[in-house]
Amino acid sequence: MVEAKTMTVNVGPQHPATHGVLRVVLELDGETVVKCVPEIGYLHTGIEKTAEAKLYYKAIPMTDRMDYLAPMSNNFGYCLGVEKLFGVEIPEKAQWARVLLAEVTRLNSHLVWLGTHALDIGAMSMVLYAFREREDVLKIYEAVSGQRMMSTYFRVGGLAQDLPADFEPLVRTLLKNMKVRVQEYEDILTNNRIWRNRTMNVGVISKEEAIKSGITGPLLRASGVKHDLRKARPYSSYDKFEFEIPTSDRCDSFGRYEVRMEEMRQSLRIIEQAIDGMPEGRYRSRAPGIVLPTKEECLYSMEAMIYHFKLITQGFSPPKGEVYVTIESPKGEIGFYFVSDGSPRPYRMRVRPPSFVNISALPKFVVGGLLSDVITCIGSIDIVLGEVDR
Amino acid sequence: MHAATRDKLVARFGDRLTEVTDAYNELAVKVASNDIVEIVRFLRDEPELRYIHLSDITATDWPDDDQRHEVIYHLYSYELCEYIRLKVRVAEGEAVPSLTELWDAANWLEREVYDMFGVQFSGHPDLRRILMWEDFEGHPLRKDYPLTYERPQFSFNKDNPPEIIK
Repeated sequence: MVEAKTMTVNVGPQHPATHGVLRVVLELDGETVVKCVPEIGYLHTGIEKTAEAKLYYKAIPMTDRMDYLAPMSNNFGYCLGVEKLFGVEIPEKAQWARVLLAEVTRLNSHLVWLGTHALDIGAMSMVLYAFREREDVLKIYEAVSGQRMMSTYFRVGGLAQDLPADFEPLVRTLLKNMKVRVQEYEDILTNNRIWRNRTMNVGVISKEEAIKSGITGPLLRASGVKHDLRKARPYSSYDKFEFEIPTSDRCDSFGRYEVRMEEMRQSLRIIEQAIDGMPEGRYRSRAPGIVLPTKEECLYSMEAMIYHFKLITQGFSPPKGEVYVTIESPKGEIGFYFVSDGSPRPYRMRVRPPSFVNISALPKFVVGGLLSDVITCIGSIDIVLGEVDR
Repeated sequence: MHAATRDKLVARFGDRLTEVTDAYNELAVKVASNDIVEIVRFLRDEPELRYIHLSDITATDWPDDDQRHEVIYHLYSYELCEYIRLKVRVAEGEAVPSLTELWDAANWLEREVYDMFGVQFSGHPDLRRILMWEDFEGHPLRKDYPLTYERPQFSFNKDNPPEIIK
């Protein structure tokens, strides 16, 4: 008499293919997944709690450390939220630079996704190519902020400092390289038989299920929903740029690959428009007492120095109220919810993390599939555990 | 922009909406906790509104109030491209009806609110801690939870510390 038995397998938390410290408890019947329970919380650092104890200006570096592959997107969302609460207008140059850098960040995130996802499935060489191009992105980060990864370049009211002289050549180099490279990546993967077999019809999630699970970003678009917050609710100056929203009706891992590859091309389009038409002017708005004066102003103006001192020591108290600002980060819809009680510190700062919601749908992707496809699914969801756990 | 939503909600529910505001051009509605599922279902299924995306569930702690927990929902409509914020207040020990029947996304979001604030959700299939570990005591995002306190993880001799520490 043979008894039907299932086996429980732990994937992670220390497993290279879980992209961080994600633990997935799988119940297997042979090689087929019967049940899947993702466990998170290993990277919980209490960013929301810490932000409540800081002046509005001082929580920006923490947002870098959530989705550490897309630091500028997080800065962007946080700053937009605070600016809405404070009622600050942003100069056009800062807006364009922010859009440009947010798209550079999207490339950064998608390149790491492409490299690691392909590596997980067995295309070893992709990770080397993707990280080679990512170097161009990191050079831009370093040029603007002095940091290669945790850039913290955005400030409430604009940018930390003016764009450097070597900014434009670096962006041009990135554009020149990436235009060729994206095609090369597709040449390697798109018609590769192994790649197609490993991704097609793997991790299928229908449009209805995707909406019910609250998933956003490239995953949603790969399930046939044509929605992008950059188009639907244009923030900053996204309404001045021309780009398409790539979608796919495949609903599987290959569809998500197609969508992300096309998104990289669209990002390049936006970057090109932004660098061609970069306006002149201030890089941070002039709003004494609300926005920090620039370094140059502090050196030459007594007033600016006083405002600087007051803002750094006491901060600015916005009126009572609450705002919810969402932007399209590379992973999906990232939201920042601020509750102000009229003090210079937020009463509550909430981050709506896209990866958190996306990974909660993991059981729908993997149940009924094979154990080896679990790795494909985790890779194609594109999670960053720093953001899942915050 | 969101006038259509507001008018429809007011026409349908009237006095059951405790407060309707649009500060910062964001539509926010306060409702009683018993009504939340019905109102959310209406927003989701009404053909002209279709708030089909549950963007976020979170909470705020007001320890000085009788009803200390404020649970906040953000819904989004892919057709109107608009958000709506719904707010529910409950006292300590009371439960908020769960939205897990309407959205699977509510499962983890409500677990996080439970973990961080200790708000109970009635009808949730699997209400347990998500970010903190199972035997963690307290709810970190409550205002009376200290910021710098770190709970010792290995407390096998907490009640009976060795001589040298006493």
